[in-house]
Amino acid sequence: MADPLYQFQVKPLPGLDFGEVTLPVVGTVHLAFTNSHLAMTLGFLMVVAFLHLVTSNAKVVPGRTQAVGETLFGMIDGLTESIIGHDGKKYFPFVFTVFTFILAMNLLGMFLSFTATSQLAVTATFGLITFGLVVIVGLVKNGANFLKLFWPTGAPLVMRPVVGLIEFFSFLLRPLTLTLRLFGNMMGGHIALKVFAGFVATAVVGAAGWFGILIFPLALGMTIGLTALEFLVAFLQAFVFAVLTCIYLNDVVNLGDGH
Amino acid sequence: MDPQAAKLIGAGIAMCGMIGAGIGVGNIFGQFLAGALRNPSAAGSQIGNLFVGAALAEALGILAFVMGILIWIS
Repeated sequence: MADPLYQFQVKPLPGLDFGEVTLPVVGTVHLAFTNSHLAMTLGFLMVVAFLHLVTSNAKVVPGRTQAVGETLFGMIDGLTESIIGHDGKKYFPFVFTVFTFILAMNLLGMFLSFTATSQLAVTATFGLITFGLVVIVGLVKNGANFLKLFWPTGAPLVMRPVVGLIEFFSFLLRPLTLTLRLFGNMMGGHIALKVFAGFVATAVVGAAGWFGILIFPLALGMTIGLTALEFLVAFLQAFVFAVLTCIYLNDVVNLGDGH
Repeated sequence: MDPQAAKLIGAGIAMCGMIGAGIGVGNIFGQFLAGALRNPSAAGSQIGNLFVGAALAEALGILAFVMGILIWIS
């Protein structure tokens, strides 16, 4: 059976490998345009082309394509509005960018042989950007009051340092869980898909003998079902990332009221 | 024991963490369905909470899964 982890290898595209290059500050790096770059660039272009298509001929009464774009826009707009509240409009561009970009990369992964979001480096970047934004917004908006986030006024006084310490560590774990959730979901789903597709191939080439007649329909049905599930997961993980970004932003934007 | 075999058994045992995630996610969706059947008019507004809860419960299973994969390929 083929190695199900083969799909996650980052390889330079033919003709676009520039070899070792010495840069002034960074040092020696291996410069190449890889399949990971290609998947991310396609994802970016897909988002830009889609939003251009739906807004190029904008009317007061939306047509079919415009309605699709407005639904997507309205969903994230409603999300920021309902979770962050009045200030949500300010953070909408960031949440919408992250959501559409992750969604485009997840969906492209279902069509290409490579999923950009199944690379830990890509999802870690998203997690760290979100975490960094939350910390910066918290410090700029609240100053030293930012530390109130780790001082739970609802708990009894003796318990507060302990609960605060736990809150602090759970705060530090946020980028890790954001990263690993997206990465694990995409990688796990694609491994499962390839494993079952491998069973189909094993049965078809006759490596399993007459037993293959039994394996083939089961594995093929499972592959089709998992493909449908993966489309759901691709959308759901982008949505969950957006929702959690909103929740984490809400913690620092509306610090002090409603905790 | 052969270190290679021990590594593979360890990777398999690490996957046991997924059991908890399965129970958690099943519990969330089951409870949601039970609540939604009692009060269908309020169900639509809670879909967002449902998926966030499912994702949070699932993340802990995913941690175990990533750990298992790391043990397997390292």
